[in-house]
Amino acid sequence: MKKLRAFFCAVVILGLLQALLVPKYTGNVREGNLIREYYDNAGGNDVIFIGDCEVYENFSPITLWQEYGIPSYIRGSPQQTVWQSYYLLEETLRYETPKVVVFNVFALKYDTVESTGDQSRREAYNRITLDGMRWSGSKWGAIQASLTQEERQWGGALTYVFPILRYHDRWSELTWKDVRYLFKRETVSDCGYLMQTGVEPMTDPFPSPPLTKRTLGDNSWRYLDKMVQLCRDKGVQLVLVKSPGLYPAWWPEWDQQVADYARERELLYINMIPAQEEIGIDWSTDTYDAGLHLNVSGAEKAASWFGRILRDQCGLPDRRSDPQVCARWEEKTARYEARKGLLLEQGDS
Amino acid sequence: MILQSPWFILFAAGLLVVYYLVPGKHQWKVLLAGSVCAYFQVEGARVGFLLTTFLTTLVCGRKIEQARERGERAGGWLAACLGLNLALLLGCKGSLLLPLGISYYTLQALGYVIDVYRGTEKAEKDPGKLALFLCYFPQLIQGPVSRASQLRAPLTEPHAYDGKQVSFGLQRMLWGYFKKLVIADRVAPAVEILTRDQAGGGSFALLAVLYALRIYGDFTGGIDIVLGLSQAFGIGLPENFRQPFFSGSVAEYWRRWHMSLGAWMREYVFFPVSVSKPVRRLGKAARRRLGAFGKRLPVYIATILTWLATGLWHGLTLNFLLWGMLNCLLILIGEELAPLFRGLKGKRWYTGCSILGTWLIMDLIRVCDLFPDPRDYFRGLKSLLTGPWGQIPDLGLSSLDWGILALGCVVMTGVSLVQSRWGSVRELLWKRETLRFWILFALLLAVLLLGCYGVGYEASNFIYNQF
Repeated sequence: MKKLRAFFCAVVILGLLQALLVPKYTGNVREGNLIREYYDNAGGNDVIFIGDCEVYENFSPITLWQEYGIPSYIRGSPQQTVWQSYYLLEETLRYETPKVVVFNVFALKYDTVESTGDQSRREAYNRITLDGMRWSGSKWGAIQASLTQEERQWGGALTYVFPILRYHDRWSELTWKDVRYLFKRETVSDCGYLMQTGVEPMTDPFPSPPLTKRTLGDNSWRYLDKMVQLCRDKGVQLVLVKSPGLYPAWWPEWDQQVADYARERELLYINMIPAQEEIGIDWSTDTYDAGLHLNVSGAEKAASWFGRILRDQCGLPDRRSDPQVCARWEEKTARYEARKGLLLEQGDS
Repeated sequence: MILQSPWFILFAAGLLVVYYLVPGKHQWKVLLAGSVCAYFQVEGARVGFLLTTFLTTLVCGRKIEQARERGERAGGWLAACLGLNLALLLGCKGSLLLPLGISYYTLQALGYVIDVYRGTEKAEKDPGKLALFLCYFPQLIQGPVSRASQLRAPLTEPHAYDGKQVSFGLQRMLWGYFKKLVIADRVAPAVEILTRDQAGGGSFALLAVLYALRIYGDFTGGIDIVLGLSQAFGIGLPENFRQPFFSGSVAEYWRRWHMSLGAWMREYVFFPVSVSKPVRRLGKAARRRLGAFGKRLPVYIATILTWLATGLWHGLTLNFLLWGMLNCLLILIGEELAPLFRGLKGKRWYTGCSILGTWLIMDLIRVCDLFPDPRDYFRGLKSLLTGPWGQIPDLGLSSLDWGILALGCVVMTGVSLVQSRWGSVRELLWKRETLRFWILFALLLAVLLLGCYGVGYEASNFIYNQF
């Protein structure tokens, strides 16, 4: 009995230490909380957005609700790769069956883990996406598909099972926030949308590096095929979208390949770049980082424009007549407006 | 699969479970299968080297025994086996194409064949058992170098599960990980910076001290992991260290540091050379002409050849040759001067000074490892007299790192003191269950939280893995 008690105490101490050491993403990298926030909002969404920063910063689900009565959620995370998108979609479809899944095609440019660039940064992005997922076969698959060479060498998936093996040396950078958010994190997003209220106009166009890879890679297509199949199996309409943006470049060659792919499989593909003027995006006021991503004003415009497509071309109904759904979304809308007000106020001061 | 990777730990844990689940007579097959898998995983492309050693050892061992039983000479088979395997070893060391464990399994193979030739060991009939003796995976990585008489039986005998032995083994592994991951790997980047720096003086002195700390933590830690895992399997491997930094002379140091290599060299180089006909003849002649000094000449010759072999075993580069010869020189000088200090033996201050002096000398000799060009090493030694003393580069260690290192040194020294005075720490703690549990848990936390491992850390291989 004594032994058992000591063993139990040791396990509890290890568990507490692990909870203390994992990053809480309370500073500048709030994105680390996006994936985990879904589970409190799972179910009842007609649209699920999947993709990288071009979805979680460029579309406002609250606007979709306010203007079209479309309940939606964004399962986005920074530099989310197509294989991560696939497993996130697989997981999401276990929680709910939306009518439409919108996948941002920009991630197709990354064909392999190595092709995503700096591998230590890749590992950090992996952590942000994968640590937030609940344990399931989808998470395991996402981990296996995402590991960098260095992660494989140092225990790979094991470090996701026991994150203390990854964050063991964070004790030197612990702050009071690590204690405060030991068990419960604060909500950073509005239905997966990470609000940015700053304005940094685009003055000079970003210099685009030359196009080195004209065709999108086999691995990317393979995972997109799997997403198409998954949606077909579940009776969900898959919409491919290229979110508005000036940089990094979405090359016409890639656009053509995606358009051909969508045509062959009878998918809807919307490239929002040529429609930026119609959407009303003003790159001197609607971006918070000089043209890379949209701020809240831009995201609301993009959602407003895209909502019409969802309504008209995907036939999504207006749920504002359903009192139960309405009550839930009114609450979300109030939180969104409060956050916007607060952030704008902070920005002004 | 390096010893400190989580995969190694998982692999070893899985093997341990299977090992105790199968009937005793099949346990050695589990070890063989595990060893072969581990070797293929790490060194699959160069498995030919191990296979060649295995086949030559198997065939020559049998042929030598058959020849001996028939009363025929078997020297040819012995020479062929020694020649081929030494050529392989030296060839690999010369080309820096070092297959995993070649330095260790070659010595074991040669020792086995020599023992069969001498008739002290029976030739192995079962190829599987001989293969296991050569490629037993924990030991293959960095020793210890076991003799056939020490290892063949424990490897193949059945071992019933003994909770105390398994627990002791795992405790020792944990202690090894502490020394490797918390101490050795923490100081490793600083050693690399100081080696590159070559400013001399203070920088060189600090390098000598930090490298001693690194290699101590690295090598003894690695051996603790190997011996601990083997103990968990119920296999007692020969000890490789006995508090080497408490030695009062260079000769004593070498009886306490890398003991298994020293024992191998004594058994298969030193003794055969010192009793060989030419050396005995030379000894007789020298005694007639040089008196007492001449009497000792055979021992000196054998010592020089032994250290030459030890140096070459570490690497076919000038610095290892120099390192071997420096050790040899200091041992011989120590032996010659020993009578002068006989009266001081037992005095505390003398013992203290001897230990400190030996530690400093060994630090300065050992650092030779790091300078492939001996001129750089001699420049460093010279700079200890000329300076500069203030030019220490930024070592990338925070004050917290220094604190951990200092605390780690205190803990390691404390454990060594307890071991030398009262014996095994694990045995002392065995009866005090609660205290033992929390000490081990604290050690586990220290390894988990303070260890230098994982993403963001340079995977630092064991130093003796490279020899």
